[in-house]
Amino acid sequence: MDEVLIGSVLASTLRVTTPLLFAALAGLLSERSGVVDIGLEGKMLAAAFAAAAVASVAHSTPLGIAAAIAVACAMSALHGFACVTHRGDQVVSGVALNMVAAGLTVVLGIAWFAQGGQTPPIDAAQRLTGLLPQWAEPVPGSWVASVLGHGLLSHNVLVYLAFALVVAVWFFLERTRPGLRLRAVGENPAMVDAAGVSVPRLRYTALMLNGVLCGLGGAYLTLAQNASFSPNMTAGRGFIALAAMIFGKWKPLPTLAACLLFGFLDAMAIRLQGVSLPGIGEVPVQAIQALPYVLTVVLLAGFIGQAVAPKALSKPYVKER
Amino acid sequence: MSSQALQMPRWMDLVLLPLWNLLIALLVAGGVVLLIGASPWQALTVLLEGALGSARGLGYTLYYTTTFIFTGLAVAVAFHGGLFNIGGEGQATLGGIGVALLSLWLGPKLPAVVMLPLAVAAAALFGMLWAAVPGYLQAWRGSHVVITTIMFNFLAASLNGYLLVNWLRPAGSMSVESSDFAPSARMPAIHELAASFGWELPSSPLNLSIVLAVLACFFVWWFLWKSRAGYVLRAVGANPSAAHYAGIRPRWQVLAAMGLSGALAGLVGINEIAGVQGKLTLDFVAGAGFTGIAVALMGRNHPVGIVLASLLFGVLYQGGVEVSFEVPGFSREMVVTVQGLIVLFAGAMAMVSAPMFAKLYTLVSRRARQAEGKSHG
Amino acid sequence: MTESSRGGSAPAVRLCDISKRFGAVQANRAVSLSVMPGTVHGLVGENGAGKSTLMAILYGYYHADEGHIEINGQRVQIANSHQAIDLGIGMVHQHFMLVDTLSALDNVMLGAEPAFFLSRAKRQVRQQLEALMRETGLQVRLDATVADLPVGELQRLEILKALYRGARILILDEPTAVLTPQETDQLFEVLRRLRERGTTILLITHKLREVMALCDAVTVMRAGAVVKTTAIGDTSPEDLAESMVGRKVNLGRAGEAAAPAAGAPALQAHGLSVASGAGVHLLTNVSLTLRPGEIVGVAGVSGNGQSELLEVLAGMRGPDAGSLHVAGRDFRAGAWLDPRTARDLKLAHVPEDRHLLGMVMSFPAWETAALGYHEQDQYCAGPLGLAMNQRHLRAQTARMMEDFDVRPRNAELGSSKFSGGNQQKLILAREIGQHPAVLLVGQPTRGVDIGAIEFIHNQLRRLRDAGCAVLLVSSELDEILALADRVVVMNAGRITGELAIDACNETSLGLLMAATPDPADTPALPAGAGAAKASP
Repeated sequence: MDEVLIGSVLASTLRVTTPLLFAALAGLLSERSGVVDIGLEGKMLAAAFAAAAVASVAHSTPLGIAAAIAVACAMSALHGFACVTHRGDQVVSGVALNMVAAGLTVVLGIAWFAQGGQTPPIDAAQRLTGLLPQWAEPVPGSWVASVLGHGLLSHNVLVYLAFALVVAVWFFLERTRPGLRLRAVGENPAMVDAAGVSVPRLRYTALMLNGVLCGLGGAYLTLAQNASFSPNMTAGRGFIALAAMIFGKWKPLPTLAACLLFGFLDAMAIRLQGVSLPGIGEVPVQAIQALPYVLTVVLLAGFIGQAVAPKALSKPYVKER
Repeated sequence: MSSQALQMPRWMDLVLLPLWNLLIALLVAGGVVLLIGASPWQALTVLLEGALGSARGLGYTLYYTTTFIFTGLAVAVAFHGGLFNIGGEGQATLGGIGVALLSLWLGPKLPAVVMLPLAVAAAALFGMLWAAVPGYLQAWRGSHVVITTIMFNFLAASLNGYLLVNWLRPAGSMSVESSDFAPSARMPAIHELAASFGWELPSSPLNLSIVLAVLACFFVWWFLWKSRAGYVLRAVGANPSAAHYAGIRPRWQVLAAMGLSGALAGLVGINEIAGVQGKLTLDFVAGAGFTGIAVALMGRNHPVGIVLASLLFGVLYQGGVEVSFEVPGFSREMVVTVQGLIVLFAGAMAMVSAPMFAKLYTLVSRRARQAEGKSHG
Repeated sequence: MTESSRGGSAPAVRLCDISKRFGAVQANRAVSLSVMPGTVHGLVGENGAGKSTLMAILYGYYHADEGHIEINGQRVQIANSHQAIDLGIGMVHQHFMLVDTLSALDNVMLGAEPAFFLSRAKRQVRQQLEALMRETGLQVRLDATVADLPVGELQRLEILKALYRGARILILDEPTAVLTPQETDQLFEVLRRLRERGTTILLITHKLREVMALCDAVTVMRAGAVVKTTAIGDTSPEDLAESMVGRKVNLGRAGEAAAPAAGAPALQAHGLSVASGAGVHLLTNVSLTLRPGEIVGVAGVSGNGQSELLEVLAGMRGPDAGSLHVAGRDFRAGAWLDPRTARDLKLAHVPEDRHLLGMVMSFPAWETAALGYHEQDQYCAGPLGLAMNQRHLRAQTARMMEDFDVRPRNAELGSSKFSGGNQQKLILAREIGQHPAVLLVGQPTRGVDIGAIEFIHNQLRRLRDAGCAVLLVSSELDEILALADRVVVMNAGRITGELAIDACNETSLGLLMAATPDPADTPALPAGAGAAKASP
C-alpha cells in the first residue's frame, strides 16, 4: 500500500472530520439535555461568516474566533428563548434559524464586502496553519513522515482541539456534577425539578456550550480550511453532524467514530472518482456522498441496532404544579 | 403549534396573529436593511412595484406562487395528520425526476393531451413514494420522520445529480442538464396560451401549472374536510388515542398523510420542469420546500390561507429579485431571511405572541362587559 | 388536641383546618390531622376524597387556602417541595421520579451531590447509603441501572432517596398500586423497620387490608372532609369501607329492578386476565355475563381493574388470557376483537376519560358525533362513497342534540366549547343512537352537573328497557344503586361477589369491596403476559 496515499487520506480525514466533530458534539450536548438542535447548520454558517468577516477586517484571529463563538451563542440563546422559556416547537425553531442564517450571511456579506457574498480573503497571518509545517506534505518513501508526520501531526490547533474536546465532553458528562444533571434533565426533567435543580438553567447551559462548539466549528471553516466565507459553504455539514450524533447514539466516543467514518468517506469520495472497484464497477461519487445519509436512515430504521434518543428530547418541560 | 387552547376569537387566531407575525418579521427585516445602509421604504416600494406593478412582474410572481402552493399544501396536509414534513425539497426533486424520466421516454411518442396528465401522475407518484418511505419508517419502525426526511432531502439531491451526470446528460454536453423534452411534454406557458386567443402578455415563466395548483387547493380542501379519509387523517393528527378508540389504525394514516403530502410536493416538478425548464436540472427546487413550511405556518394549514401566503412569498421572491437589481447592496437572500424570520415568529415563537393576544382579548372583553354592566345597572 | 399531654411529645405532623379549593371544587374542607412521631398513619378514601391534595399541601406543591401546619410542634410555612425537604418531609410519589438510564446511586444523589467530581461524590454518598441501608434493612443495588430494576426495588430506591435527604416524615402515595403481593409484603417489612427507627409514616391508600396490617391509626376522608380518625385497634375493614363509602342506600329507585330477558346472553366473558408489563395483575380471572334488558353495575373503588375490564371488552386492549362470546362470535386471548369489530357487533362504548378517548376537541360537534361510526354507509356519499354525507350527519347531530338536550344546540360548535355535561350527553347520544346490543359505559356522570345527571340516568334506563345490555362502571355508589339491576363488586382485579339490587346495602357492598383475594387463587399467566395490547 502506498504510504503517500495512506498519509494523505489520513490527513484529509482528520481535516474533514474536525468541523463535523465540533458540530456533532454541540448537538450532542443540546440533545442530551432534551433540546432538539436542527439548527447546527445555520449556527456553523453564521459563525463561519462572523469569523471570516471579523478576522479579515480586524486582522486578528482571536477576535475572529470570539466573534464566531458570540454569534453562535446568540443563536443558541434565541433557540432557548423560543423553546425552553416559551415552549416553542424545537424543530421549527431550528429550521427557522437555518433559514435566517442562510439569508443573513449573504445579505450582510454582499452589503459589507460587495464581493457577491464572499468575504475578503483573510491574510495568511490570521489563518490557522499546521503546528508543524515540516509535515505539510507527505514524503514518498518514508512511512513515518507520511503517515505519522503528515497524517497525524501536520494539523492546526483547532483539529487537535476538536479531538481533545471529545474527551472533555465525555468527562464532563460522565464524571462531573453538572454533566450528571444534564444527562438527567434530558431523560426526566420532572425528576430533576423535584430534586431542586433548575431545568431551564441546565438547558441554557447546554445551549451555551453548544454555541461555543458551533462557533469553533464555523471558525474552522473560514480560518483554517478555506480562506474566506462563501455563501452556503457549510454545504450540509450541520446535517451530517446531526446524522453522526444519531449514529453515535448521543455518546461522545461513538460520535467521534461516526464523524471519522463520515470524514473518511468524504476524503475517499474524491479519490474514488473514476476508480473501478472489483465487482461493482465505477463507484459514482454521489453514492459515496450519500452514504452518511443512507447509513443514518438504516440506523434509525433499526436495522443495525437501536438509536435510543434521550427520553425527554423535543418535549418542552412544563411544571406540573 | 396551534393557539386553539387559548381563549381568543377565530378572527384573531386566523387573521390577526399571522399578520402580526408578518409585521414583526418585516420590521426586523427592515432593521437589517437599515443596517446595510439601504432605505427600507425604498426597498419596499421597489419590491411591490417589481412584483405587482407590471404584467411581466405579476407573471413571475404567480409562477413562484404556484410552486409555493404545492409545497405549502404538502406541509399542511402532513401537519393535519400530526406530522412535520421537512422533506418537501426532496419530494419535489423526485417529482421533477419522475416528470423528466417519463417525458424523455414518452414525450416524442405521445400528444400533449395524453402526455401532460401522465407527467402529472408521474410527478405525484414519485413524490409520494419519496415521502412514503420515511412515513413507513415512522409508523412501523419508530424512526423520527423529521430526521429521515432531512436525510432524504440530501439523498434526493444526490440521486438527481447521479442521474443527470451518468444517465440523462446528452453526450458531449458540459452543462449538468438532461436533453430538452419534446414540445408535447411542456406545460404551455400562459403568455403563449393568451397569444393564441389574441391577448398580448409579456413572457414569463407562468404556465398552466397554476391551474393545477388551484385544483390541488380544491382537492386538499375537499379531502381534509369533506372526505372520510381526511376525517380519519385529522382525527389521528389531533388525538391518536381517540382515533384508536374509534377503531382507526394510526399507522396507515401516517403513511397516507406522508404519501399525499409527498405527492403534492412532487407536483412542483410540473411547474418547474415541465413548465419552465423543459428539461431536468440540478437544484430546480431551490429551497421551495422550506418556503412551503413558512407558507403553511402563515396560512394556518388551510388552503385559503396557503394561497394568500404563497402569494405573499411570490411577491417577496419576485420583488426581491427586482430590489437586488435596483438597490445597491441589497441581495435577494433578503427574502430567505424574511422567510426565516416568519418561520421563527409564526412557528417557533407562536407561544410568545399568542398568549399575549389572548390576554389582551380577555382584558378588553372583560372591560367591555363591565362597562356594559354599568350602563345597564 | 391533647396528644402533647401523653408523655410530652408533640405530634410529628399536625394539619389544622386545612381547606383548599380548585375553582368550583372544594378539594379539602377544614381537614385536621395529627400524627404522632414514630407511627404509621393511614389516609384512606375513594378517588377524589381529597387525600392526595392534602399530602400535596404538606409537601409544598400547593398552598392551603385556610389552616396551618405544624411540624414537631412548630408552626411552619411550606412554600415549595424544597422547603418540605428541609423540614424533613419526604415523599414517594405514585409515579416514580427516577431517571432510567442512570444508576440507582446517581438517582439518589442527583441534586444533592456532595462534590463537583463524581468519583469523589459517589464515594461519599455510597458510604452514607450503605450505612443507611444497614440501619433500615432497605436493600437496593446501588450500581444497577434503574431500567433493569424490578418495581419493588425501585420503590425502595425512592424511599432511600427520601431518607438520604434527611426525611424523618415519609409520605407514601398509593405505594402498592404497582406491586405484586410479595413485593407488598417486603415493603411492609421495610416500613415497619423505619417505624422502629422513629420515622413517621403517612400512607395514602385505598387498600384496606394494608391499612389493617400496617397502620397504627387511620383517617378516613370523603368528599374533602375527614369522616373519622381512629386507632387501628378500634376498627375493622368493614367499618372502614362503610365510612369510606357510607351513604344511606337510596331507596327512591325509579321503577322495579328489571327481570332480565330470557334467552341468549348478549355478552359472555370468561377468565379475563390482564397483567401490566411489570407483572402486576390488573385483572385476574374475571368472568361476566350480560343479558339483554339489564343494567349490570360494577362497583368498587377506582383502580381495582374496572378500567381494564372496560378496555378489554371494548377491544381497546387484548387480555393475556380469557375468552369472549358476543353476537355469535368468539374471541380468545391473542386473537381479540378491535374497536372497529366491536362496533360492527353492536357493542358501543362510552369511555371513562371522555377528553382523552371519547372525542376530538378540535372537531366541531357534528364531526365528534361520527367518531367511531364514520365508516358506516349512512355517512357515505359522493363518488365511490369517499365523501362523508355531511348533510345527513349534521341533521342527525341536530336530532341527537334535541333528544339529549345538548346545549347550546349548535352542531358547528367546537367540541371543546361545550361544558363537561353536554360533552358527555353528546357522546352518549352518539353511542346510544346506534341502538347497540351492548353498551359499555364508564363514569357516565363524572364532571356532569346535577340537572344532566338525572337526564343521563333516564336515558340509560330507557336503553335498558329497549332490550340493550348495559355494563355500568362507576365509582359513585349512588349511581350504581340507582341504576343497576344487579351489582358486581371488584376488588384487586377480581370480582369478589355479585348481588341482586335488593340485597345491596352498605354492609353487604362494603364487605365485598374490602374482600381480599387469596394469592393462591392467582392463575399462572401464559408466557409473554403483560405484552398483549390491541395493536393499533
